[in-house]
Amino acid sequence: MLAYPVLGISDVQLVASSNFRSTRFRAHSVLPGFNLALGYTLLYLSLIVLIPLSALFIKSATLGWEGYWDVITNTRVLASLRVTFFASFAAAVINVFFSLIVAWVLVRYSFPGKRIIDALVDLPFALPTAVAGITLATLYAPNGWLGQYFAAYGIKVAYTPLGIVIALTFIGLPFVVRTVQPVLADVEAEVEEVAASLGAGRLDVFRRVILPAVFPALLTGFALAFARAIGEYGSVIFIAGNMPYISEISPLLIVSKLEQYDYAGATAIAVAMLLISFVILFAINALQWWTSRRGSR
Amino acid sequence: MRCNGGLAEEVADNVRSFPATKDFHPRICLLIDTALLYLLLFLGLPLVAVFVEAFSKGWSLYLSALNEPDAWSAIKLTFITAAIAVPANLVFGIAAAWCIAKFEFKGKSLLITLIDLPFAVSPVVSGLVYVLLFGAQGWFGNWLQAHDIRLLFAVPGIVLATIFVTFPFIARELIPLMQAQGKEEEEASISLGASGWQTFWLVTLPNIKWGLLYGVILCNARAMGEFGAVSVVSGHIRGMTNTMPLHVEILYNEYNFVAAFAVASLLALLALVTLLVKSLVEWQARRSGEPLHGEVK
Amino acid sequence: MSITIENLNKHFGAYKALDNINLEVNSGELLALLGPSGCGKTSLLRIIGGLELADSGKLLFHGEDVKQRDARERNVGFVFQHYALFRHMSVFENVAFGLRVKPRKERHSEAEIKRRVHELLGLVQLDWLADRYPAQLSGGQRQRIALARALAVEPKILLLDEPFGALDAQVRKELRRWLRRLHDELHITSIFVTHDQEEALEVADRVVVMNKGKIEQIGTPDEVYASPATPFVYQFIGNVNLFHSREHAPWTQQHGDAVAYVRPHDIEISNTPQDNTSLPVEVKLVRAIGSIVRVEVAVDASSEFIEIELSRERFNLSPLANGDKAFIRPRQFRVFETGVQNELSAA
Repeated sequence: MLAYPVLGISDVQLVASSNFRSTRFRAHSVLPGFNLALGYTLLYLSLIVLIPLSALFIKSATLGWEGYWDVITNTRVLASLRVTFFASFAAAVINVFFSLIVAWVLVRYSFPGKRIIDALVDLPFALPTAVAGITLATLYAPNGWLGQYFAAYGIKVAYTPLGIVIALTFIGLPFVVRTVQPVLADVEAEVEEVAASLGAGRLDVFRRVILPAVFPALLTGFALAFARAIGEYGSVIFIAGNMPYISEISPLLIVSKLEQYDYAGATAIAVAMLLISFVILFAINALQWWTSRRGSR
Repeated sequence: MRCNGGLAEEVADNVRSFPATKDFHPRICLLIDTALLYLLLFLGLPLVAVFVEAFSKGWSLYLSALNEPDAWSAIKLTFITAAIAVPANLVFGIAAAWCIAKFEFKGKSLLITLIDLPFAVSPVVSGLVYVLLFGAQGWFGNWLQAHDIRLLFAVPGIVLATIFVTFPFIARELIPLMQAQGKEEEEASISLGASGWQTFWLVTLPNIKWGLLYGVILCNARAMGEFGAVSVVSGHIRGMTNTMPLHVEILYNEYNFVAAFAVASLLALLALVTLLVKSLVEWQARRSGEPLHGEVK
Repeated sequence: MSITIENLNKHFGAYKALDNINLEVNSGELLALLGPSGCGKTSLLRIIGGLELADSGKLLFHGEDVKQRDARERNVGFVFQHYALFRHMSVFENVAFGLRVKPRKERHSEAEIKRRVHELLGLVQLDWLADRYPAQLSGGQRQRIALARALAVEPKILLLDEPFGALDAQVRKELRRWLRRLHDELHITSIFVTHDQEEALEVADRVVVMNKGKIEQIGTPDEVYASPATPFVYQFIGNVNLFHSREHAPWTQQHGDAVAYVRPHDIEISNTPQDNTSLPVEVKLVRAIGSIVRVEVAVDASSEFIEIELSRERFNLSPLANGDKAFIRPRQFRVFETGVQNELSAA
């Protein structure tokens, strides 16, 4: 299973030792190489991440509050943020439902070809986004393999917001499945058996025993899929249609502004997107903390 | 598709299939079939479509599309980028994991969060920050022009953007793994008279080899497939600053579908190889009884 | 190689792990650091081995100050509680490790290394496991390999951190005896940490009893058992009865708050009072356990039980049963004022 990235969400147990509270910077250790390793790590981080990211905030600060507000509240920008936000949300929600089923099936049952299916779940993660993009666009185009069935009912998928949602669902799928799978596997079969032996029906067992146990993982998976979807570019721009106000996503707007040398504008949108992502992750983090407090962990 | 009930022959990780599912209840078959249909439709179809479209006009057209000089240079650039980015991130990952896992110091959690940062940032924004630094209007723009150094719209910029986007992969795989393994073996090695380097090579490295390989595979897949970030910094100069994903985009936008899918099929092949190697590594690690991911809960 | 420790202190944040430790370890002796969890014994061991740094104080090996020396340079063999064998190397390679990582000038030839490793494996009687991997060994075997590995570099001092803690009772007993015999053969200055008093008393030449970062008593196993210096030692080693007030301990002249400490086998019990300082009690429980008989008595309904141990023959001379009235008097006792670890009077 893939080790999924989690920004500050404490499902991944990366906790520093708790008995170190002295005023010294670090505890003595007999192992060598600390200064070298930490120095290199910090240097790398600064050069590759910190300095470039700070350029982002500093540049958008040059606009001043008023200038920044003007850019952001431009109707086209707002529309793109709306499209991005809602499409990502919808995709993440769809993923939660279907991925739960997928994870359930993978964890609980055996069937021929299961190993292959299990490996396939990671495909959207391993596949380059541009490839996903052109393939999905072709599949769901009005004359595409899948698009033609939709077209028969008068539904247009490609070049509409619906296409965006489908593309974002595609790339978000592994995030939810892989986050939920280990937790589902952990919910001991015995617990279910006990509940069943106490007379609980299958739906009851699911509702009262399993769902509460996997809920935090679902939340985490949702957050990851959501965060990934908001920033997604390659898989979306081919299927999206990219019409301003309707199916234009924010990352594309950033690229457009860059091409017009409107650095400040592009930066402003980028900062807005970053802030939205952080707020979402923070909210999910808080929600998780709250549910884990309530629950019997 | 026949469904098997739940005899525990093929077990996913270490979960027994739930014995109570021995019933061939139609509801369960429906569940499994829904999940599999969803997966097949969503994942399998695009994968198949890439190759079908690529070969839709026959072998010779496929090969000639790949033999084209621009395609060739795109392939070369992709490999060069990965060949630089992956080892650089490997060294970083090892250094970061060494100081985080084997030592106690203040600010450790902050460091870990910083390492996660690229995951919260849209690929387009990742490219944008480098434009802000090295672009004509950027911080270093004038200095670079004065010295006739081209970072943006040239290979170095592409490499930098790729490093930004992919550097967490290896670190985040190694950190929990090395934390879970503790530092006793390293302490034992030091007490027996080994130097820091000897300890690392002879004791630590063999213990993390599967996790390392795993992280490298993921890092490489992302490095070769990165689109958004590279798109922003590359300038799209045919034959010079196009990686394979960018080349796919160009071909597709020119309606040269067969060629686009031909190049895309190579990337899809890369994805499949990644998935295969990843499964092999997981299987091998499981066989030798070693944890691959440390404490990812 | 003797070890001298003077005024050693160690903090972990606000927590004081070691408080003014003074200790002399004689060359060639087998010393036990005994105490409950958290008493600082492992910290002390690791400081001696160079795996931790003391905050203040002196540490001398054979008169030389070693505080500045790296763990690598102290020539100390360390055996960890959980073995810390290199899981990717065979048993042979594990033991050979210390020899292989020596700097080029000091490194032995391959043949010499082989010879030494097999010699050591023979010493721990596990030569037949040379090609196995740690995962294939039992706990006891792993610990012996860990010891062989530590001995490979010919250390002047051997440090063992709860070496048998992770093993089951039977294996623990066997390895205890084996360690003692090994030490008698090799005469390396050795210090081992344990929380198991039986282990310390059975194996060590001298025992250092520690509590809350301080040394309570240093002495031979006999001294520590028969003449405990503080209430803590009394209670930690062996069993002890506490007598809390004048009424309950008429044989002393104690005042007020002092407490008398008496070992179960130091109490005489009979149907008739021994003298005018005897304490009347009621027998609550009589249980024969192996070679001794345990009698539990109570002074009155509210007090705790007092445990008395006598040999079977003694008991059979004047047997007792539940409900009988009897009289007790200690042969040997010690009185400590509560709060102050000073002996007030003794018999």
